[in-house]
This record gives sequence, structure tokens and C-alpha cells, in this order.
Amino acid sequence: MRVFGNLVKPYMVWMSLFIVIPMLLIVLYAFTTHGNSVMAFQFTFDNFGKFFDPVFIKVMLKSIQVALITTGVCIVIGYPIAYVIANVDERWQTLLMLLVTIPMWINMLVRTYAWISILSDSGLINTFLKSINIGPLKMMYTDFAVVLGMVYNFLPFMILSIYTSLAKMDKAVINASYDLGANTRQTFMKITLPLSMPGVISGVTLVFLPAVSTFIIPKFLGGGQYMLIGNLIENQFITVGEWNFGSAISLIMAMIIMLSMYMTRKMDKDIVQEAQGGNKW
Amino acid sequence: MVGSKNRKLTRFFLIAGVLLFFYAPIASLMIFSFNDSRSLTSWAGFSTQWYTALFANREMMSAIYVTLVVALLSTFISTVVGTLTAIGISKSRKIIRELIINVNSFPILNPEIVTAIGLMLLFSSLSIEKGMITMLVAHIIFSTPYVILTVLPKLRGLDPDIAEAAMDLGATPAQALWKVIIPLIMPGVISGALLAFTMSFDDFVISYFVSGNGVKNISILVYTMSKRINPTINALSTILVVIITFVLLIVNLLPILKKKELRGAE
Repeated sequence: MRVFGNLVKPYMVWMSLFIVIPMLLIVLYAFTTHGNSVMAFQFTFDNFGKFFDPVFIKVMLKSIQVALITTGVCIVIGYPIAYVIANVDERWQTLLMLLVTIPMWINMLVRTYAWISILSDSGLINTFLKSINIGPLKMMYTDFAVVLGMVYNFLPFMILSIYTSLAKMDKAVINASYDLGANTRQTFMKITLPLSMPGVISGVTLVFLPAVSTFIIPKFLGGGQYMLIGNLIENQFITVGEWNFGSAISLIMAMIIMLSMYMTRKMDKDIVQEAQGGNKW
Repeated sequence: MVGSKNRKLTRFFLIAGVLLFFYAPIASLMIFSFNDSRSLTSWAGFSTQWYTALFANREMMSAIYVTLVVALLSTFISTVVGTLTAIGISKSRKIIRELIINVNSFPILNPEIVTAIGLMLLFSSLSIEKGMITMLVAHIIFSTPYVILTVLPKLRGLDPDIAEAAMDLGATPAQALWKVIIPLIMPGVISGALLAFTMSFDDFVISYFVSGNGVKNISILVYTMSKRINPTINALSTILVVIITFVLLIVNLLPILKKKELRGAE
């Protein structure tokens, strides 16, 4: 069917122009000095050197910290939810998973904006607290608000991912475990949990990656002064106009993300091997 | 069996709790879009004044127009390009297939902001003025890989000889494509198109970087306006939520209805 093979040719040109060249441009900008004409580029490491300023390192560490906390919270909440859904009647499973996934499709700005009127000093929570003579609690523009916004936006991905791995698990293995005398707790710890690990790990990537790069959630719920790495990049491109430095930060962020993906993939492999090799003795 | 009853209750509260967490903010956003005062916390009676304000606001109407035009055009183009490319990929040699699939996965794996600044740098180095056209092109670029990924599995399940058979029977390659292959992979094409549409409709990050000061889609408008509390945003958001939920319900109900129809025909 070589005739149809030709259908890929236009897309290969398209792909080179719109996917490959933009990435090369980021690398080019990251390694050159500021200059508006394309021909006047000069090679430099300065943009990366600039990043190793305590101020920027702090921003990067803060982003990673916030993303890690978000991921942790998503696992702690998401696992039990996925577990319960995977164990209810099948008709309910479809409906519940639909309900969990609908928010994923709603505009992220809208979802995040919705929290402003809940968390703000005169918001719904504080209005309620005031009526019972507590507070006001300062929630907006805190780490709490940012993490909450991230958990709210990304939790469905974690639930979906863990649910998928739990739902396709062979129930016979679990029954076998009970037949062999294991109790609920043992079966969960030794069978269900290890077998669902791939789902947890893909959930981790689905939550961590957007959490580390988002700039909308910190801007809406953390306020103008709240800086994560995404905000730093946005500032360089939109406000400051330092495209070269902005490109260098993006490259560093892409590197962090690739590294974390590589590590989670490796972990995934190890765990699966362990689960499969666990009965060798 | 007190233990089992307790467990059932725990389960119920877990599920109810998470659904409340997911839907309460959206519900409050929608409810207060009908509030008769500017407040987003105290209810002053039912009114549709914010919807009137929304439809009278020229900037908002233009944002809705930009969003819809870009979403419809980019969905159409990326679905056609993505489907044809997927068919091409399924009939290509392994090297080409893997090359395309790997390069294709970059915009999917990369954080959106990286894709966005890459495109921004591209447009500016080609001295293309940022506006609605660049937004449209960018949307086509980020949607197409998803369409390809959605259509490819359908092609894998297809009998490889089927197009050949059509051509042995006298069909031209174009006819074989249009009358045999595409109808068979139609479910994949439709879900690819719906994915492309929702992604374009909701996109903020990429649109924000590649469109100029003048052109705004709904997300960009929400971003610029949300610094102050403004019930018109609630009204706009309510409309968005209703549209997306409607699309999702269609997507999820269609297969069920089709199954019933098939069963009825048997």
C-alpha cells in the first residue's frame, strides 16, 4: 500500500516546520545573546549562568516543592477514591468515572477562578465562618490556596489513572489470595497495591508535569507576587522581554521534566519486575 | 453486620466528598452568575442582568466569536490532516512510522508553555504578525498530534488487505480511501475531532503566547478580567460549562444509543 504511504509526506514537512524548528529555536535563543536580527546571534552560556542566582534557584525549588506536595495529596486522596469506584457495581463505575472526568474538560481558568470567590477574605468560607464567629481565615494568596487549586485541577487525572489500573486487574488473583488464607489487609498490601503501582506512577506524571509548569493557578490563587517557574517564564516573555533568558529557563524546566519522567519510568519498570519476580523463591 | 454497614457508609462519604469537592465550586460559580448584585457571596435574588451585560459587551462577544471560529476551523483542518496522516503512517515503513510518532509526541509530552514559546519564537523569527491567523495555526499544530493518536489505533484494528481488495475490484486509491477506509475508522475520526474541538475551545496558554494584544479568545479574556471579581465572568463561565458538558454527554451517550439501535435492528 505504498500509495497511501505518500500521505505522510505533507505532514513530515509540517512537523519539521512547526514542531522541530520551534524546539531548535528555543535552544538557539537559550544559548545566544540578545539581538533582534537573526544573523547577529552570539553564542553564550550567560543565560544559564544567570539562572544560578539564589532568587531563581529558590523559584525553581519552590515549584518542585509545590508540585511534589500536590502530587502527594493527589495520591492520598485519589487512591482510596479510585479503589472504591473500582469496587462498586459496574453500572455505577461508568457513571462515577464520568462524573470524575467531566471537570477535566472544563476550562482550567474557569475552574481556578471559581475558587477565588470561595477562598477570598470575604468569600463563601469566610462568610460562613463569620456567621459562627470564627475567623476571618487568610486563605487567598497562600501556599495553601495554590496547592488546593492544583489538587482541584489535577486530581481527576490521578483518579482516572489509578482506576484504570485497578479496573483491568485480574480479579482471580485477588480471589486466589483470599483462598490461600490472606486477609483483606494482606491481600491489599501484597497483591492489589503492587499491581496498581503502574497506575499510580502514570498518575504521578500526569499530575506532577502540569503542576510544575502551570502559571495560571499561582497567578490566580497565589497573587501577583507568587512566583513559580511557569510565572518566571511568562514574565520573561510577556513583561520583561528577555526572550533569551526565558528560553534558557524553559530549557532547564524541560530538562527537569524529562529527568523526572525518566526516573518514574525506571521506577515503574523496577516495581513491575519486582511484582512479577516476587514469587521466585 | 455492623462492620460491612460502616464500610458502606465510609465509601459513600468518600465518593460524596470528592464529588462535592469537584462540583461545589462550579455550582457556586454558576449560581452566582444569576445573582442580582455584584457580590459573589451573598444572594440578592434572581436576575439575568450579567447575561445581558455579557451579550452587550463587545469585547466578550468578539472573544466568543474568535474562540468559535478558531475552534471550528482548527478542528476541521487538524481532523483532515491528522486522519490522512494516520492512514499514511499505518501504511509506511517502520522507520518513518516511528520517526513521526516520536516527533509527534513532543507537543503532547512537553509542558504547554514550552510549545507556546517555541511557536511564539517561530512566528516572530518569520516576522509573522501575531493575531487570529497565528492563533489558528497554533491550534492546528497542537491538535493534529492528538487526532493522529486517536485515529491510529482504529487503523491497527483494520484488515490490511481491505483497501487492496477495493482496488482489485476497480476502485481508485482515492475511492478506496474515501469509500472503504474512512467509513471504517469513522468512530476514531469523530472522537479525534471532538478532542481537537474541546482542546482548542479551552486553550489558554498557547493562545496567550501566540496572539497579539488585539485578539483575545475566551480564556485570554477570562485571564485579563479575573483580577477583579466580576459576575460577567461567571455568566460566561456558566455558558462554557454548559457547552462542554453538553458535548461530553453527546460523546458518552452516542455509543450507548448506537448500541441500542444496533440491538434493535437485529
